[in-house]
Amino acid sequence: MSRDRVAVVGAGMTKFVRRAQETGKELAWEAASKALESCEMTLDDIDAVIIGSAPEAFDGVHMKSEYLSDGCGGWGKPVIRGYVGGGTGVFSPIQGWYHIASGLFDTVLVICEEKMSSCQPHPQGAFLTIFDNFTERPLQPNLLWIFALEMNAYMTRYGLDKRDIATVSVKNKRNAADHPAALLGDANITVDDVLNSEVLAWPVQRLDVSPVTDGAVALVMCAEHVARRVTNKPVWVEGVGWNLDTAYWSSRDLSYPVYVEEAARMAYKMAGITEPRKQIHIAEPYDPFDYKELHHLEGLMLFDKGEAPRAAADGVTQRDGDLPVCPSGGLLGVGNPIAAAGMMKVAELFWQLRGEAGARQVPGTPKRGLAQAWGDLMQVGTVIILGA
Amino acid sequence: MKEHVYDTTYLRTRDFEEGKVLFETWDPNAKYTWDAGIAIGKFFQELKAGRLIGTQCLNCQRIMVPPRMFCEHCFLPADAWVPVEDTGTVVTFSLCYVTWDMNRLEEPQIPAVVAIDGASPGMGILHLLGEVDPKAVTIGMSVKAVWKPAEERTGSITDIRYFKPLGGF
Repeated sequence: MSRDRVAVVGAGMTKFVRRAQETGKELAWEAASKALESCEMTLDDIDAVIIGSAPEAFDGVHMKSEYLSDGCGGWGKPVIRGYVGGGTGVFSPIQGWYHIASGLFDTVLVICEEKMSSCQPHPQGAFLTIFDNFTERPLQPNLLWIFALEMNAYMTRYGLDKRDIATVSVKNKRNAADHPAALLGDANITVDDVLNSEVLAWPVQRLDVSPVTDGAVALVMCAEHVARRVTNKPVWVEGVGWNLDTAYWSSRDLSYPVYVEEAARMAYKMAGITEPRKQIHIAEPYDPFDYKELHHLEGLMLFDKGEAPRAAADGVTQRDGDLPVCPSGGLLGVGNPIAAAGMMKVAELFWQLRGEAGARQVPGTPKRGLAQAWGDLMQVGTVIILGA
Repeated sequence: MKEHVYDTTYLRTRDFEEGKVLFETWDPNAKYTWDAGIAIGKFFQELKAGRLIGTQCLNCQRIMVPPRMFCEHCFLPADAWVPVEDTGTVVTFSLCYVTWDMNRLEEPQIPAVVAIDGASPGMGILHLLGEVDPKAVTIGMSVKAVWKPAEERTGSITDIRYFKPLGGF
């Protein structure tokens, strides 16, 4: 199948904050305007708009993409919203890719927005409806349960040390100290801080978890002939993949995310990657919890099963390590406005591969990066590979 | 890339308390009645009778709990009803010290995935553990359902109060 080559040519974002004064629509506009400005384009140059945002229940606003569309530059244009839970932030640029690769559009503006702070008393209230309404919800589950259950299954299967897992939270919060949009950057946090933080749902503790956040991120994507005109530093989409596991999550092997592996295989095949550990220079796996970064690195086949925690503790995944992981600071450090958080990772690859990441720039000249997001009922994997 | 970050306006709790910012509120008034369906409807009837039941896909032979009227792997009808045990194995568990809205619990809730005996290997359901010292819970532990008395059962997953260690502590 012949496809048009697709590039990312612009990126912009809002600061990630616990509670923004701006509405979701205003946040979307802020990010979109920054992305367009970054590549000296205007809305007139954009053929189609893609919106990524969490379910209506978060905002209490029905038909949320229609509500957000004006702030996303959607007026009078073809607009679509995709939603695959926490996987959305990487799925939206995948949608951007196929809008252009299909030959249908030359330029696409992709916006991921989330305003979690509106939902009272806690946005978990809106999350609880993901549990099965017959066999699970009557047990009055708490969203933390599924993460704690998965983390315990993962730790027990491989005999993992919680101290090794905590190094992920430390690394990401320290990395985020260099991110100008970060909510929870902390240059001085230690492993003991994480291990001594409040136990929420054992083995999950307070500092193992990313925060509730408001924010938005936008990307401008183009067909090759436009990209060559717009910039001398296009960042190419080399591979995309996504995969969904069963919603009967309690019958799955929770110690390994097979759906992430399937998504990665799809993306690696498209990118011609046969040895991911050598051919990927930066990874931005989804890290809403510290163990998730490790779980995903294994699913992405960047580390063998059960080996990622030791590698993290040994410094392999530090910004100056052999495989820099979440140099942005990730969800644990920059923040976790669901859909926007995933696309923040794609924006980070864009800046890193152009050598524009400032204090966060990974050493050497990275040529290829991977971003991955995850969500729904622990069941979706979305993967994108970008190359300079 | 600093120039590509919009300087969003950060609100603090005191901005609301001191009336520095304005807001609007809304309480949704939406109630739902879900039909239990073919498979879960029968599952609930059996729970009310104090029994667990699954369905079997006659193509891949999997015995599934909770039951479904189709096998999601083979995408064929799974309409062979198979009684399963009310005992099982703890696949994973957590000790949860907070409610969903982040209030502290003194005694932890113990959610667990329990693989049900008589179903295919690894076929687990989410439930709670009880009558057990939280420190003594282990993955691999054998457990048994503790049922509500027959007259209190309503045909719900909560007709099982919780699972307790088999053999006791």
